[in-house]
Amino acid sequence: MRSPVPRGRIREVRFASGLDRSELVVVDHRDLTGPNEVLLIEPDQPVLAADRVRHLHEPVLLLAHPSREALRRAVAAVEIVVDPEPPVLDFTVDPPPGGVQYGDDNVLKRLSIDKGDVETALAGAARIVEGEYRTGAQEHVYLENQGMVAWEEGDVLVVKGSLQCPYYVLKALGHALGRGPDRVRVVQAPTGGGFGGKEEYPSLVALHAALLARKAGRPVKLVYERGEDMEATTKRHPSLVRHRTGVDVEGRLLAQDIEVVLDGGAYVTLSPVVLSRAIIHAAGPYACDHVRIRGRAVFTNSPPYGAFRGFGAPQTIFANERHMDVVAAAVDLDPIELRRRNLIENGQSTATGQVIDDGTDRTALLDRAVELSGWHEKKAAHAELARRHPWRRRGMGLACFHHGAGFTGSGEVVLASRVDVAGLADGRIEVRSGNIEMGQGTLTVFTQIASEASGLAPSAIALAEPDTARVPNSGPTVASRTVMVVGRLIERAIEDLKARLGLPPDAGGDRFAEAIRAAHAERGEAPVGTATYQPPPGVEWDETTYRGDAYAAYAWAVYVAEVEVDLRTYTTRVVDFVALQEVGKVLNETLARGQIQGGVVQGIGWALMEDVVLEDGAMANAQLTNYIIPTSDDVPPIRVTFEETPYAHGARGAKGLGELPIDGPAPAVVNAVARATGTRPTTVPLTPERLMERLEEGRADVA
Amino acid sequence: MKVEAPATLDEALACLQAAPLVPLAGGTDLLVHWPGNLEAKAGHYVDLWALDELRGIRRDAEGLTLGALATYWDAIRDSRIREEFPILVQAARQVGAIQIQSRGTWAGNVVNASPAADGVPVLMALDAVVVLASASRRREVPLDAFYTGYRTTVRRADELVVAVRLPDRGNAVQTFVKVGSRRAQAIAKVGLALARSEAGWRVVAASVAPTVVRCRTVEAALDAGDAFAAPEDLLPLLREDVTPIDDLRSTARYREMVLARVLWHAIAEAA
Ligand SMILES: Cc1cc2nc3c(=O)[nH]c(=O)nc-3n(C[C@H](O)[C@H](O)[C@H](O)COP(=O)(O)OP(=O)(O)OC[C@H]3O[C@@H](n4cnc5c(N)ncnc54)[C@H](O)[C@@H]3O)c2cc1C
Repeated sequence: MRSPVPRGRIREVRFASGLDRSELVVVDHRDLTGPNEVLLIEPDQPVLAADRVRHLHEPVLLLAHPSREALRRAVAAVEIVVDPEPPVLDFTVDPPPGGVQYGDDNVLKRLSIDKGDVETALAGAARIVEGEYRTGAQEHVYLENQGMVAWEEGDVLVVKGSLQCPYYVLKALGHALGRGPDRVRVVQAPTGGGFGGKEEYPSLVALHAALLARKAGRPVKLVYERGEDMEATTKRHPSLVRHRTGVDVEGRLLAQDIEVVLDGGAYVTLSPVVLSRAIIHAAGPYACDHVRIRGRAVFTNSPPYGAFRGFGAPQTIFANERHMDVVAAAVDLDPIELRRRNLIENGQSTATGQVIDDGTDRTALLDRAVELSGWHEKKAAHAELARRHPWRRRGMGLACFHHGAGFTGSGEVVLASRVDVAGLADGRIEVRSGNIEMGQGTLTVFTQIASEASGLAPSAIALAEPDTARVPNSGPTVASRTVMVVGRLIERAIEDLKARLGLPPDAGGDRFAEAIRAAHAERGEAPVGTATYQPPPGVEWDETTYRGDAYAAYAWAVYVAEVEVDLRTYTTRVVDFVALQEVGKVLNETLARGQIQGGVVQGIGWALMEDVVLEDGAMANAQLTNYIIPTSDDVPPIRVTFEETPYAHGARGAKGLGELPIDGPAPAVVNAVARATGTRPTTVPLTPERLMERLEEGRADVA
Repeated sequence: MKVEAPATLDEALACLQAAPLVPLAGGTDLLVHWPGNLEAKAGHYVDLWALDELRGIRRDAEGLTLGALATYWDAIRDSRIREEFPILVQAARQVGAIQIQSRGTWAGNVVNASPAADGVPVLMALDAVVVLASASRRREVPLDAFYTGYRTTVRRADELVVAVRLPDRGNAVQTFVKVGSRRAQAIAKVGLALARSEAGWRVVAASVAPTVVRCRTVEAALDAGDAFAAPEDLLPLLREDVTPIDDLRSTARYREMVLARVLWHAIAEAA
């Protein structure tokens, strides 16, 4: 049972008279046996609201019943009575009097990056180009809704469900239920998609299922229906980004002054780290000596925004890459040429002062993508179409971007992930990690990595079920870290196992299997190799000044979109898409392509149609008929090309690539629409309704 | 849920005479709201699916008869319909996807009375007549007089739609435009069916009024030979005929503008 209003004080919970409560299990905040907090970064989010509610659909009361029909009737017979207070719903303006609900000013987190002297550099610039960009929330639309089963096994509470981070759930359960880690166990069930939506939110679902199971004294299954999942759970943070950019007469970036504002929603949850990734990616893959980035995540009475593939980067990359086209127009340069003049070269540094020297030639990536897309030939055809046809218009757009893999800054060091590899009695090995399969291919690629490193056949590799009673904490399955970071730990744990068996590192295959069997025969137990995360040498990060190596490695990409706009209906269709990226090493071509294609489709959706309509701060179009994601007919064949510059500290040379493809489609597509229509759109999703407004405003110069 | 399963039309009409049951054809409208809808689940239905006499598409001297169980797919695979009434096929192909096209019926689309329907506008542009039957009588109502308001019709509780008839008028112009929020599996934000026969122009719009509507002011202007220099010139006339609103799917402004634009281009292409 959830809050009916975005803000207020709970007066009472009213049960209709005549409601049969005999088999009904009712749980509220008083049933917690630990602090009423969902443990994450800050302790501000309650498991169940006690006296006040801060967003629509905030959980207040839990009901369970053996019969689903009876449960539906009970839900209809219970009313949460709340005295409403005026909500704060606009994250772009200062809170009104009485609106402050977090700290002194409703700012959940402030972060900044400073490099050089922006004001002086701006004063000396030939041109200063300003822009303001907005992005909307996005719903994950994983195929499988949030769901969890909880039961007690003796003294141990077991929770099994759809989730990305078993150890996050374990910690949250232990905290709010006041139980040690030995009395809680979390098992991941093969998960039907996550995209970040199963990063932090499942802790809440698990807590609710656990509370009900404990009170009921029997197993409880809690599975959301689509509508509830859409209106109550997390979404991508809406954003507002302002740019003030100084360039010289040749179009070289002299100064980037950037302000990033994210809507955090009603609780802190992961917003500080989303903001962190947002600002670090905000200046793009360009060399600029003077950069100032001010970021803040702001409280509103909306359901908390949360992790979503890209984690803040897609928002700021949209703004930056859209802005680059605006800058190019202002200095009368071709957008490709403007980027070529500013792309970071090996030896130059990013906004945080991280020197990039990874051997990747970013200018060559740009040229290759442009060539693959047929940019120059198509431009002429597009001009011809515009002369000839009454309402069809075409245009091309591109985006250059990068994505840092793994946790930000010292995050991986703090996580200190561990992987174990055990030798089994029959000579096979078992990889034990808490990293999970959710359709992206972890099981396959982990098997490949372990097979390569051990010299054993894939059939001799077992992967332990992610069960906190059986696997060590190898960190969450997020942040494009699974292959690069955890895959590398698998390699090192196998090396460690070999060393423990007295084998040289290059020993593998039959010799390895034989040594494992011998060790079993001798000791009567499984030999186990282990590896714990070590930062690559030379990687340094200062959390207080935000200077240094924000990520150990970046993947680089250039995406090009061709669109057709129907001027009768203002509808945009993407007709061609080139996705070129450098990802270190592709370990499985089919899966890697799948990740890129899926990410591009999700990015096209966000760019053009995925519009979360907010009413009272929450999603009003919480149905799949009204929240529109692309069908197969809405996306063109996506032409995926990989470049490889192996990265020494990732598994077999790999860098992370899972999030990368969501970063580029929105700016590439919107830049293409701008070119096709001669307008200057600044917002995603660029729905036909919004494009109509742009066209009605009259045409700005073509950007 | 209770379901009556009559074997003949007479039995079905007898059921309806006895009690106001809900007719169930393809079920593609009726069943979508089920997961959480206790009321729909508790309903009492009469299943029409076994009534073979309502199946299929027939032709006679006066035109075409779509039986009440004729599906979109029946129209799509009928080569003469493709030739004589191409907009039926165009609209049918844009309904849902193949599963819905092979199960959903034209009559269900008509009785469901959604202002965003795709089947209704093309039928209305072709001057369709709805054939209703009860245990005691039979009557015919022109489709453009079938709706009385938002999701209400002239059908009485004891009546079934048994057929939808289309007169054969040799429509020289037939255009259908569905503006959805994506290219497939979309609910129309604006729909337009345009036809011209010896009876004159027909301009039918969807998703811009409480029901699918004929734009009679525009029709009269076209019949009088008026020409329009730009899409905006159609707006004053359209405002007499339609009343679009803002909702979750679009805005009133968008609907009005886009209707004017697709209509203007459709007229231009027809000329
Ligand atoms: C995934 C999906 C996509 C869809 N896409 C579209 C789309 O693109 N365009 C569109 O227009 N619609 C769409 N629909 C809606 C639906 O498929 C159509 O309206 C279809 O024509 C309904 O026909 P049916 O036979 O399934 O009707 P049913 O669901 O069986 O009935 C609909 C209504 O008509 C009544 N009824 C049915 N037959 C009779 C009769 N002979 N006499 C009296 N009353 C009757 C029923 O009582 C009910 O009120 C979609 C539905 C789904 C689930």
